[in-house]
Amino acid sequence: MEQTEHTETSSAGRMKFIIGGLLIVAAVVYLIISSTQASAQYFLTVDEVYSKGADIQGRELRISGAVIGDSIQYDPQTLNLTFTIANIPGDNKEIEAQGGLVAVLHAAVMDPNRQKLVVLYNGPKPDLLRNEAQAIITGKMGADGVFQAEELLLKCPTKYEDAVPDQAE
Amino acid sequence: MVADFSFGALVIAFLIAVYGIVAAIYGARNGKTEWVESARLAMLLTFPLITISALGLMFLLVTGRYEVEYVAQVTSNSMPYYLRVTALWGGQSGSLLFWAWLMSAFASAVTLRKWDRDREFLPWVIAVSLFTLAFFLFLIVIFENPFSRIWRMPGGEFQVTMFQPAGAVLASMRDGQGLNPLLRHPGMIIHPPMLYLGFVAFVVPYAFAIAALITGRTDDRWIRITRRWTLVAWLFLSLGLLLGGRWAYDVLGWGGYWGWDPVEISAFMPWLTGTAFLHSVMIQEKRGLFKHWNMALIILTYALVIFGTFLTRSGVLSSVHAFAQSAIGPLFFGFIGLTFSISMYLLLRRWDSLKSEGQMTSVLSREALFLLNNLLFMGILIVCFWGVIFPLVSELVSGQKVTVGPPFYERATAPLFAGLLFLMGIAPLSAWRLSTARTLGRLMWKPFIFSLIVGLGLPLLMGIRNWAALIGFFLIAFVSSVTLYEFWRGILARHRSQGENYFIALRNMTERNRRRYGGYIIHLGVVLMAIGIIGIELFQKETQATIPQGGTVTMSGYTLTYQSLAIFDTTDGRNVARAVLSVEKDGKKIGELYPRRDFFLESQQPMTIPGVRSTWEDDLYVILVDWLPVSSQGASFKVYLNPLVNWLWLGGLVFILGTLIAAWPDKDPEYEQARLRRRVYQADLKRRNAEA
Repeated sequence: MEQTEHTETSSAGRMKFIIGGLLIVAAVVYLIISSTQASAQYFLTVDEVYSKGADIQGRELRISGAVIGDSIQYDPQTLNLTFTIANIPGDNKEIEAQGGLVAVLHAAVMDPNRQKLVVLYNGPKPDLLRNEAQAIITGKMGADGVFQAEELLLKCPTKYEDAVPDQAE
Repeated sequence: MVADFSFGALVIAFLIAVYGIVAAIYGARNGKTEWVESARLAMLLTFPLITISALGLMFLLVTGRYEVEYVAQVTSNSMPYYLRVTALWGGQSGSLLFWAWLMSAFASAVTLRKWDRDREFLPWVIAVSLFTLAFFLFLIVIFENPFSRIWRMPGGEFQVTMFQPAGAVLASMRDGQGLNPLLRHPGMIIHPPMLYLGFVAFVVPYAFAIAALITGRTDDRWIRITRRWTLVAWLFLSLGLLLGGRWAYDVLGWGGYWGWDPVEISAFMPWLTGTAFLHSVMIQEKRGLFKHWNMALIILTYALVIFGTFLTRSGVLSSVHAFAQSAIGPLFFGFIGLTFSISMYLLLRRWDSLKSEGQMTSVLSREALFLLNNLLFMGILIVCFWGVIFPLVSELVSGQKVTVGPPFYERATAPLFAGLLFLMGIAPLSAWRLSTARTLGRLMWKPFIFSLIVGLGLPLLMGIRNWAALIGFFLIAFVSSVTLYEFWRGILARHRSQGENYFIALRNMTERNRRRYGGYIIHLGVVLMAIGIIGIELFQKETQATIPQGGTVTMSGYTLTYQSLAIFDTTDGRNVARAVLSVEKDGKKIGELYPRRDFFLESQQPMTIPGVRSTWEDDLYVILVDWLPVSSQGASFKVYLNPLVNWLWLGGLVFILGTLIAAWPDKDPEYEQARLRRRVYQADLKRRNAEA
């Protein structure tokens, strides 16, 4: 009698553990899925921004393009910064095929027929923001077709870039 | 000459490591102890050999031998000597050598322990450690040789190889590129070695686990042997993470300490599994449960350590597409895959002998709560892992590049961290085997009410309405009151029973049970850190302004006045712009801040150093972002108010202190027993002699 009672409690106990474990697994899965959906950032090229149109409104985007030097306007009093970027390929292989990043950026700025995107940012003007730099911009597309940037990342494919190998943690 | 010699030492170390693996396995298989002894000596020998090599590289770095490519990459004439020494781990190939050096030091230390009670583990511990070491030495010798030199070919072009190509001469370089300026900081000098020590030390418990699986001695012997090793590894890993955070806060100038970038996460992941392991081994020791799980955890930790070393060093994730560009990438993945599958195979082979000795009966028992703790740690691990691989997965599946940033990690891990905090409050009160809601409730209600008043009521009165913060503060109050109450109960019991005064009682109690009370101190450290994290994550304020000289910017009661700006060159190759701001709080002048920007001329890299006024209440953190160069009359500043962040660092110190207490060597209990037995026996003998 005692024996059966023991097995009964232990199998009931086992069920409790299994249910508890499954609940936690479900919670973790839910957290991952919902957080991924809420904070996914899409990498797009300028071309893709226009081809996707209304799909991407309000979405967190990350766009890469070539900075057109003449378009840079900066007001140090209000820290309002606007500039225009021109489309460059998003794929590294394609960039390599077209002669490397320097050549691609140069060609993009020179080509008047490229798709362009106006970017608005509020904050100090980064030193590296200059003609033919690669800008990687995080933010959202505004309804007026101007991209509202939250974060600017600039890369200058100069010799100095190569001079800094994988040291930074 | 020095380069050749050091490289030679490295090659010999590699060959000896390979020999040691073979000798250890051969000796163990055929019961030939002289072969095992020979393998042990081989393992001991790797340390002096790699030391020669590492010292050789340091010599080249310090003396500025720029014909060596690595030296040219990470040092320059303007760097002071201490920075040139630390440049040993400033680049990829040097840091791999440094890793191997530390690894051989640990491996040698292991061979020197007393092996009389577990000699059967020895050959396999040697084989596993040397296998890991040999892999790294192989990478260094073949792919990432820090001693490669730059040669000028007869045609005038340059080539980088170890040995002189025909007709080439050594390139004579006058100066190097210098260490990445961001790494020229005291925090950065000790942060990588700490992290590496943590990584490397985890190889030891893993080696013992594998030895236990191979020999079939699958009782908890391996856990008892490696307990201290694991704690030491964990201590260094924690220190490394903390120092990294502090460095980011001091130097990176984005007002934070942790950015959830893949490299940080890759160091955090083995910490998560290591922490889970430290908790779950206790259940195996006390109750004989979770034996499979502990094996799996240490195997996973080892895999993550190698993965972390790879990620932190190869820069793979700085560009998601750079996999093919790194020659050592596939090798690392191959090595991780190989060791992981062999380990898993061994685990499955011993599956039956690792059966639990009992089962869990009560959902609120200590062991069940530890299991829950492990599940939560694993949950955080999966979140982190998913975040790191998501860009790769999404591109493979949909062709669309998608990443997740800090908001993903914050959102997904915050509830799990809160769950862990809550467990930290309950678990110390629950009993092994059987706890019920009633017994727990009886122990918990006092701290619970206390924390409702202090953790929830007080912040509400102070006007805090952020529900996440309120939950956080409540949990913080709950855990700290439970933990302090536990201390108090222990002290009181000793005070009553032994008549010790409170301080002596506290000391003796902690000394008697270092692991338990060290653990509680670690918990208190975590709680303090949580205060800082809630402060900066939920209540950080920022503003930016461009102001003329004499102009002011205000932030939560602080008034900053821009006094002046100086731009000057330094002798070590920096152009510095340094602003002077006076700080007033509620109309009273309380000090000055000097945010500055250093521009490193050699590497053309800027470095933003904030001016920080730090108190227990908040940090005023000011960054100089821009200035008008001609007149130097106006300048732009970014001002952060980081409430309570200092508690994070204080918590870190307490955390480390607790780990030290838990890891502090006890007297060997088995040895003590033997001594006691001998003493009793001798007393007995004496008595009998006297009687006779």
